[in-house]
Amino acid sequence: MSPLALCLIFSSALFCIGLAGALARSNAILVLLGIELMLNAANLNFIAFWRYGPTHASSTGVMFVIFAIALAAAETAVGLALVIAVYRHQKNIRLQDASTLKG
Amino acid sequence: MSLLPLIIIMLLTLGSAAAAMMLRNLIHSALLLILSWAGIAAFYLWAGAEFVAFAQVLVYVGAVSMVVLFAVLLTRRSRVDLEVPAPAMKRLFLAMFPAALIAGLLIGAVLGAFPETAPQPAPELSVKTIGLSLMGPQTASLLVIGILLTVALLGAIVIASPEKPEDKP
Repeated sequence: MSPLALCLIFSSALFCIGLAGALARSNAILVLLGIELMLNAANLNFIAFWRYGPTHASSTGVMFVIFAIALAAAETAVGLALVIAVYRHQKNIRLQDASTLKG
Repeated sequence: MSLLPLIIIMLLTLGSAAAAMMLRNLIHSALLLILSWAGIAAFYLWAGAEFVAFAQVLVYVGAVSMVVLFAVLLTRRSRVDLEVPAPAMKRLFLAMFPAALIAGLLIGAVLGAFPETAPQPAPELSVKTIGLSLMGPQTASLLVIGILLTVALLGAIVIASPEKPEDKP
């Protein structure tokens, strides 16, 4: 198996672990962490294609990953602030209980 | 090049991520996820992207993990509250089914699409090149990211700060 295929299988498996966690758990913090895992899996793909891709010209993959890490940090900060705000409202971070806007 | 280090990193990262998503204790989940992020940083080092590996260690293993641990500690009511109940069977099935489906599709597509190729030399990328690129062609994105981080962190403070009594109608 080529290294590129192994890297892509690695990132696919990590993405699906994150997806299963984000869908299955009802704790808001664990859902956010599952989304973080999916973001990290996307970053793995950028690095894998930068390393083993057909063109070796530029540093675009590395640049994209650096910016994506900065974005993920901002997203985590806002997400956890929202979790704390929800906890302050209903003393609970179960997602099934945060159903005020449910139709 | 031998693929053994990659396989070890892969098993470590995937194992700790899966365990983190299955455990019921939130603190154990957060600590295992830190291990998983460190494994991803090891993958970046293995692939030759040292700068990204150090950024991953600084941002995820250093900063995001602290924010997550503090959020876990701030959103519990008592010592025993760290154990969250296991998800219901129906919910578990509804999560596992699409995840397994997507995993099968992705891995099947990867196995079919990338035949064995000759090993390529690692691309050369020094920190100097990254810095020149950030200050040259990528300056606009760097500025936008800076503004976005400032706005997001200010927004996080505003969202998480307690309501003052005079704000209430």
